[in-house]
Amino acid sequence: MMQQALPAVSNDPLLDVDNLVVEYPVGNKIVHAVSGVSLQIARGETLGLVGESGCGKSTLGRAVLQLRRPVSGRVLFDGQDLTAMQGDTLRLMRQRVQLIFQDPIASLNPRRRIGDIIAEPLIISGVKDAAKRQQLVDEALSAVGLDPALVVGRLPHEFSGGQCQRICIARALVLNPEFIVCDEPVSALDVSIRAQILNLLEEMKARYGLTLLFIAHDLAVVKAVSDRVAVMYLGRLCEVGPSEQLFAKPAHPYTALLIEAIPVPDPDVRPAETVPVGEPPSPISPPSGCRFRTRCPRSDQRCSDEVPELRAVASGQFVACHHPLI
Amino acid sequence: MTESTLLSVEDVIVDLPTPRGNLRAVDHVDLTVGAGRTLGVVGESGCGKTMLSRAILQLLPKKAKLSGRVMFDGQDLLQLSPEKLRKLRGRSLAVVFQDPMTSLNPVLTIGTQLIETLQEHLELDMVAATKRSIELLAAVGIPAPEQRLMQYPHQLSGGMRQRVAIAIALSCEPKLLIADEPTTALDVTIQAQILDLLAREQRRRHMAMILITHDLGVVAGRTDEVAVMYAGRVVERAPTPALFKKMRMPYTEALLAALPKIDAAPHTPLPAISGRPPDPTRPLKGCSFSPRCRYAWAQCHVEKPRLEEADSPGHQFACFRPIDASASAGA
Ligand SMILES: Nc1ncnc2c1ncn2[C@@H]1O[C@H](COP(=O)(O)OP(=O)(O)OP(=O)(O)O)[C@@H](O)[C@H]1O
Ligand SMILES: Nc1ncnc2c1ncn2[C@@H]1O[C@H](COP(=O)(O)OP(=O)(O)OP(=O)(O)O)[C@@H](O)[C@H]1O
Ligand code: SF4
Ligand code: SF4
Ligand SMILES: [Mg+2]
Ligand SMILES: [Mg+2]
Repeated sequence: MMQQALPAVSNDPLLDVDNLVVEYPVGNKIVHAVSGVSLQIARGETLGLVGESGCGKSTLGRAVLQLRRPVSGRVLFDGQDLTAMQGDTLRLMRQRVQLIFQDPIASLNPRRRIGDIIAEPLIISGVKDAAKRQQLVDEALSAVGLDPALVVGRLPHEFSGGQCQRICIARALVLNPEFIVCDEPVSALDVSIRAQILNLLEEMKARYGLTLLFIAHDLAVVKAVSDRVAVMYLGRLCEVGPSEQLFAKPAHPYTALLIEAIPVPDPDVRPAETVPVGEPPSPISPPSGCRFRTRCPRSDQRCSDEVPELRAVASGQFVACHHPLI
Repeated sequence: MTESTLLSVEDVIVDLPTPRGNLRAVDHVDLTVGAGRTLGVVGESGCGKTMLSRAILQLLPKKAKLSGRVMFDGQDLLQLSPEKLRKLRGRSLAVVFQDPMTSLNPVLTIGTQLIETLQEHLELDMVAATKRSIELLAAVGIPAPEQRLMQYPHQLSGGMRQRVAIAIALSCEPKLLIADEPTTALDVTIQAQILDLLAREQRRRHMAMILITHDLGVVAGRTDEVAVMYAGRVVERAPTPALFKKMRMPYTEALLAALPKIDAAPHTPLPAISGRPPDPTRPLKGCSFSPRCRYAWAQCHVEKPRLEEADSPGHQFACFRPIDASASAGA
């Protein structure tokens, strides 16, 4: 598998993903979900990950946490390779990393009370003292703006989507993790509730010194919370860079297309008639060379012959394209 | 404005019996859409957008109680026989739903579905209907349309399916198309393509359209007029440029402010709306937005504001303490 270059962000990143490959066998075919992705996340940083449905964002997030074992590549967390860990070592390590899902209601067991749902990770990790557990549960719930006394005895269906997402965040926080993968945490929520949850995540991050991988397909949402953004297309990274810089001066044609397609709430900004660029091809048989070439207005022969490697185009900004915009 | 009125919704109420009691999904709604015009209907999940469009289409759940009047193209839809309504829905009144699978039949090929619609409503013969189907699929941007006729909906991507649903909706040259969150389930790049497609076909056919969405960004550049709904009611209504220039109702303003802006710096805290909409089976006595409204005063909790004319033409809002333009400029 072709290797994408490795943009270094810090000498001591909390997370260092190196040439990760994840595949799903379907029948006698293979879905190339993640094909040689490398990225780093510095301590205390939020890296946003954007891309269209099916491009491999969740797969990447799950493979980082070893919830799906990669075919090859390494995931160094705090210097230790998670892909080489098994059993108890991995379980212990997992207390330091957590996952928040897109569908908050579906990710809570409907038959268990909220107090038990949040205490569960504590029990698994061996906190035996019930009073201590209750104290930690209460703290986590208060932190996300819920009143423990009103919440612990109730069942998930008694809460709205936004409240369920708060509960999921409390569950993720209760073990005091260092790193959280947020997989589309606000996509299923209404605009008004979305802002509440995004603010809450930012607050929690500051308060607990968290490092986040924030997955979403909404660029404005990603920009609101991320220090840097990585753009993914059909299993590979197109571009990585500081949020503001990447949105102001995208280097990859796909990033530019995504930015152009964002609906702007201003009637004076007439939406640009989009180029009819069609739809992403199948990850079962991705195009040769640059995977974006079937939709790219700039593609030429070289794009179908040669896989573009990530390389620096500006300070901290890396692009995988033979004919970048900058 | 010399456009003639194509649709007028007059004092429409939709009540749904539920185990928790009566749920008023649509509460005294008045709307009009002129021929060839586009109305955007915006509001949060559960505010009644779909029930309103189903009331217009006369496709409400059986247990629903509807009152008011829906005048379409000179006819009172509530008085039409089921047979006449069915004819009307296929021809001059069409709909595209959020999930294209709601309007597509999974066990029939794309071709069969298109051709049958054309044969039934336009009485075309097989050859003419097939030719027309291929033209329609090409018009909505489906590559190799001849081959697609043989395919089933599940063999297409979500974006392609929505294009087919649009092709079927457009097939009989409707006068009004109701698009209920046609792009919510789709990716941004596909979303923009579908919205462009709808806008292009609308202009070309001089068709009127109701575009339902929860995203103020989607309606901004693509509608003539916007109605904002909250808890079953229209709380503000205005020509699109006027609305964005001068929002009067605090909910509209809050909805816009809560959207993450692409030109804002990272980590800018969002002005979130606290709380959530009221339980629709427990209607509030006063303004439905009062528990969340930062401008609320005593009157708001005991009395319902009525939709009133603002100072600019066609602009209406329901609020006791409307935002004045100078105050909202910075929001
Ligand atoms: N368990 C699985 N078995 C087979 N294929 C899978 C499986 N999970 C995901 N895939 C495929 O792998 C690819 C990447 O999927 P993934 O869920 O990671 O994408 P995503 O970017 O998270 O998309 P979305 O935005 O829709 O959540 C897709 O083509 C998907 O269909
Ligand atoms: N079949 C039904 N029976 C009872 N109540 C219903 C039914 N369908 C919808 N409702 C309720 O009616 C109200 C209005 O729902 P509606 O589907 O019109 O909202 P919406 O604005 O379209 O929301 P969304 O953005 O989620 O599609 C909601 O409170 C909803 O729970
Ligand atoms: S490498 Fe070629 S096809 Fe790929 S994005 Fe760049 S110009 Fe387009
Ligand atoms: S009527 Fe009162 S509560 Fe309702 S929106 Fe206006 S100020 Fe707010
Ligand atoms: Mg996903
Ligand atoms: Mg709806």
